[in-house]
Amino acid sequence: MVTRILAIDDSRTIRSLLTQTLQNAGFEVSTAVDGVDGIEKFRHEDADLVITDVNMPNKDGFEVIADIRGGTRNRTVPVLVLTTESGAALKERARKAGATGWIVKPFDDEALVAVIRRLTGAA
Amino acid sequence: MTGDPTMRDVFFEECEDLIAALTEGLTAMRDGRTDSETVNAVFRAVHSVKGAAGAFALDDLVGFAHTFETVLDHVRSQRLALDDRILHVLQRSGDVLADLIDTAREDLPTNQAQVDPVMADLQSFLGDAPADAEDFVFEALTLAFDAPDDATSTYVVTFAPSAAFYTSGNDPVLIIAALQALGPTRVSVDTSRLPTSLEELHWQDGLLSWRVEIDGLGSDLPILEVFEFVDDLCALQVSLRSADTDIPDPPQAGTTAAATADDVVDTPSVDPQPDTGDQKARSAQDRGGSRAATSLRVDPERIDRLINAVGELIINQSVISQRLQQANLPNAAELFADLDDYKLLAREIQEGVMAIRAQPVKPLFQRMLRIAREAADATGKLVELITEGDATEVDKTVVERLADPLTHMIRNAIDHGIEPPDNRAAAGKNRQGKLRLAARQRSGSIVIEIADDGAGLNRPKIREIAVSKGLVAEDAQLSETEIDHLLFAPGFSTAKEVTNLSGRGVGMDVVKTAITALGGRVAITSQFGQGTTFSITLPLTLAVMDGMIINLGGQTMVVPISSILETVRPKAADLSQIGLNNTLLRIRGEYVPIIDLAERMGQSATPREMTDRVLLLIQTDSVPQCALAVDDIFDQRQVVVKSMQGNYGEISGISGATILGDGKIALIIDPEAVAQGNTAYAATNSQNGRDVSYVAAC
Repeated sequence: MVTRILAIDDSRTIRSLLTQTLQNAGFEVSTAVDGVDGIEKFRHEDADLVITDVNMPNKDGFEVIADIRGGTRNRTVPVLVLTTESGAALKERARKAGATGWIVKPFDDEALVAVIRRLTGAA
Repeated sequence: MTGDPTMRDVFFEECEDLIAALTEGLTAMRDGRTDSETVNAVFRAVHSVKGAAGAFALDDLVGFAHTFETVLDHVRSQRLALDDRILHVLQRSGDVLADLIDTAREDLPTNQAQVDPVMADLQSFLGDAPADAEDFVFEALTLAFDAPDDATSTYVVTFAPSAAFYTSGNDPVLIIAALQALGPTRVSVDTSRLPTSLEELHWQDGLLSWRVEIDGLGSDLPILEVFEFVDDLCALQVSLRSADTDIPDPPQAGTTAAATADDVVDTPSVDPQPDTGDQKARSAQDRGGSRAATSLRVDPERIDRLINAVGELIINQSVISQRLQQANLPNAAELFADLDDYKLLAREIQEGVMAIRAQPVKPLFQRMLRIAREAADATGKLVELITEGDATEVDKTVVERLADPLTHMIRNAIDHGIEPPDNRAAAGKNRQGKLRLAARQRSGSIVIEIADDGAGLNRPKIREIAVSKGLVAEDAQLSETEIDHLLFAPGFSTAKEVTNLSGRGVGMDVVKTAITALGGRVAITSQFGQGTTFSITLPLTLAVMDGMIINLGGQTMVVPISSILETVRPKAADLSQIGLNNTLLRIRGEYVPIIDLAERMGQSATPREMTDRVLLLIQTDSVPQCALAVDDIFDQRQVVVKSMQGNYGEISGISGATILGDGKIALIIDPEAVAQGNTAYAATNSQNGRDVSYVAAC
C-alpha cells in the first residue's frame, strides 16, 4: 500500500522540495500551506505520516500537533517536525507537543526518507 | 534536497514574494505600525528565506538571514525597543538580504563590503550573546556502551516504551522492524507486568518490554539511530554481549499513563468535526491571511499559449465573418446576429485571459522605495517617495520591463531634479523633497507618472549641452518640448553629469528605448523652479492592438491607430513640392512633410497621384508631425500582434505581423521608425533648421 504523507509548510520551496523527494521515494504526498490548511487537510485525508514546519502563519506547527493529538481521528499518526532550529529547547517543545520526531532543515533526502520508512514501516 | 535546478527557480521565485512581503512589512513598521502581526510577518519572511536557502547551501544568505531573524525575534519579543536607528538598520538589512538573494541567483560572490557593516550593526543589537547561541548544540547521547572489537558482535537491546511513546505516534512493531533490518535478530517480549484482569489493561500503558538481539553489527550507532526520537520515551539499554557479560534485567517502563479507554479508542462515528459547509466557509475565512491559499500559481508559458489560442480565435472569427459575407447567403440576418455574439464572447475571453497576465504594479513600486532611499543616501538629499495607484494592473511583461527604466528615472529625479536640503530651504521649499510615483489606467492605456518638486529642467543648459555634443545645430529653432526630449537623445548623458549615482552605463536614451519597445511613450512637463513630471503612457497589453488596415501598392498592411492623429485625402492645392522628392502637406496653416510609405517599404515606381491617395497624420513623442501616404484604407480592427524578431531579427519600420480575416499575413508598420528614418534622411539633405532638430529629438 502506498504511504501517504501530508507535508505542511508555508514555504513554497520547501513544499516543492519535500514533494519531489518524497514522490521520488515512492510516497504519495499532499501539501498544505499553513497550520489551518494542514489541519483541514488532515481531517479529510488519511495520512500515514505528517511533516510540519514550526513557524507558520495562522497556526504554528506545535498547535498543529496539539490539534492532531487532541482530536479523535488518526490521532496517533507519526508527526515529524521540520525546522531550522535545533538543540535541546526545540526537542523539548516538540516532545511536549507530541511530535514523533524532528528533522532539521536543510534536510538530507536519504535521511528523511529513512526516518519516514522507519516511522511508518513503509517498504 | 537540492538536486533539481528547477527547484532553485522555485526558491528564487518564492524569494521575490518573500522580499516583497518583507519590504511591505518594513515600510509599515517605518510608518509606525509595529503591532505584533506586522513584525511577525517580517520575521516570517526572513525566516522562510533562511529555511529554504539552507537547502541550496547558500551559506552567506543563511548566515545573514539568521542574524537578521534573531534581531527581529528580539524586536518581536520586545527585548529590543524599536527606535529610528534599529528601523534604519532593519531597512538596510532588507536591502542586503535582497542583494544576497540576487547574487546567489546569479552565482556571484557575496559582496562582503556591503554585507559586513550591516551585519555588524545587526550584531550590535544582540549584545554579547552570539546570534546562534541556541543553535547547533550537539546533543550527546548518554548511553554507555562498550566499543566492539570486531564486526561480528551481538548487541542486546532492551526497551520498554512509556505511555508517551504510544501517544506521540510511535509503534514498537516499527522499532523492532527497523532493528530487524540491521541484521539477524532474535526478539522476545516480556509480558510479566501485564495485569491479570482484562479490565485493568490498556494498550496505552507502558507495560510491555522487548528484548532484541542483533548479530553482526560493528557499532551500536545504527541502533541508537533507530531510537533517535524515542530515547527519552522508553527505558532503553543497549549492550554488547560477550560470553561472560550478564544480561541486564529488562528496564521498567514509566507508568505515567492515566488515559482511560473512553478517550482513546478511535471513534470516527462521533467525530466532533463533521464536514459541514459552514465549517468549510469559516476555515476558508481563517485562512484569509494566507496568500497561497487564495491564489493559483500557473506557469506563464501556459498563459501565453492560452493568449495565443485566443488570438487565433479572434482571427478565426474574422475569417468566418468574411466567408459568410462572401457567401451571400439568403436570410443571413440571424446568422450575423449569432456571429456578433461569437465576436463578443471571443472579446470577453480575450479580456479574461489578459486579466490573468495582469499584475499590480505594487511590487515594482516597492522596489522603487529602496532605489529612492539609496539614491537619497548617496546624494545627501532628503526625499520622500510617495506611491499612488499601487493596485493598478499592467501586463506582466510590462511590469518586468519597466523596472530598469523606472529605476533610472527615480535615480535621475533625485540626482538631478530634487535640490539639496539647503538649496530647497533657500528657495522657500520644504527641506525634504517629494517624489511622486503614480500609476493609473486611462482609456485603454496605463499612465505612470514620476513627478518631483525639484528645480525643474534647466532648458538653456540642456540646449547648451546638446549643442556642445553636436546633437543639434547651434542655430536650431527648438520648442520647449523638443529641448526637453533632448534628454532622451543617445549620447546626451555626459561624463560631466556622472555623479556617484549615475555612471552606471545607462542614459535616459535607454529609458526611452525600453519604453518605446513596450509600445509606450514618454512625455515631459517641467516648470522651472517647481519640478518636473515624466509621464509614461503604455498600452494595456502587448498582444493585441487596434490597427488600421491599409493598402500599400496592393499589399495589405497595418498601422497602429494609437499613432494616427487623423486621415486626410489631400487636395492638390494643399500640396507643395520641395526639391525633387519631397512634398509638404499644408494643413490648418502648418506644413507637414509627407512620407511615401510605399517607397519607404521598398516598393517601386508608378506611384498614384498624391491626390488619389490617403494621408495618415502621425505624431509620436520624438518625432514632430508627418504624414504617411498610403493607397487606401480598408478597415479598422483589433489585430493580434505576432513578433517577427525571433525569425527575421529587427526590421526597421516594421514592428511585427498579424493574420487577417482572410488568412493572409499583414505587416505592422512602426510609424515612429518610419518617420525617424525620414527625418534622418532629410537632415543630411537639407539645411532646414527644423529638420535638424528632428534628428536630435529622435
